[in-house]
Amino acid sequence: MAEDATRIATEARDRVRFEEEALALADQVYRVARHLSNSREDAEELVQETYARAFRSWRSYTPGTNLRAWLLRILTNLNIDRGRRSQRAPQTQALEANDYYLYDKLSADSDGGQPADEERVVERLSQDDIVTALATVPHDFRDVIVLVDIGDFSYQDAAQILDIPIGTVMSRLHRGRRILKRELADSVLEDAT
Amino acid sequence: MTDAAKDPCAHCEEMMQPYLDHILTEAEVIEAEAHLDECDWCRRRYRFEESLRVYVRQVVTEPMPDALKQKLAALRIPLN
Repeated sequence: MAEDATRIATEARDRVRFEEEALALADQVYRVARHLSNSREDAEELVQETYARAFRSWRSYTPGTNLRAWLLRILTNLNIDRGRRSQRAPQTQALEANDYYLYDKLSADSDGGQPADEERVVERLSQDDIVTALATVPHDFRDVIVLVDIGDFSYQDAAQILDIPIGTVMSRLHRGRRILKRELADSVLEDAT
Repeated sequence: MTDAAKDPCAHCEEMMQPYLDHILTEAEVIEAEAHLDECDWCRRRYRFEESLRVYVRQVVTEPMPDALKQKLAALRIPLN
């Protein structure tokens, strides 16, 4: 009986610790969710579902492993299950630019062709430009960009979260960044006309 | 003649994203940095690419609504 009581107390303590650690990561989880979703409402719902599932299945988390990646794995699976991904970004052939396309476009038409300060050149892009451009990147590429470039996950973590080989993470990242630059360059050119 | 010797800037462009991702080998890092030191054209592009990454990360950060934080806390399973 006393052993049972100890076991229950230990489990309760472990669970509370798990919940607190998970909640401390909520900002980061939301940040990723926001860019995988079409709207703020979708993102909020997705984060709530993720936490509800995480709290229910906390025993399957191994303490000491990467909790943020574990939560994001739940989130990306839920996102795929709900079919939210198929509602947007029709799989048209996305246009890629070469690596310096965006720089060339942004620096070419500023300050009458004078060499521009590179740190200033990026500031010609507005928050809206970036959010909109990111949303138009096809989801396979966007998932990887959001995890690695915005969520700060390693290639290895992104591969685990998305359940794809690390080589695929790298190739999608490479192409995805080029697509993003192309979209950004196009949005800036549209603003200028 | 190696590719790098033929067109060092094209070679530098290939190394740029991996360099920013910190996945180049030590020898490649030395090679990339040596070229960036001597080539203004590539150095400008490097500075831009680096700023772009920082900028994208900063700009797309949207704070989580407080109401959502409270909803998440409410999802915790009560202790019996």
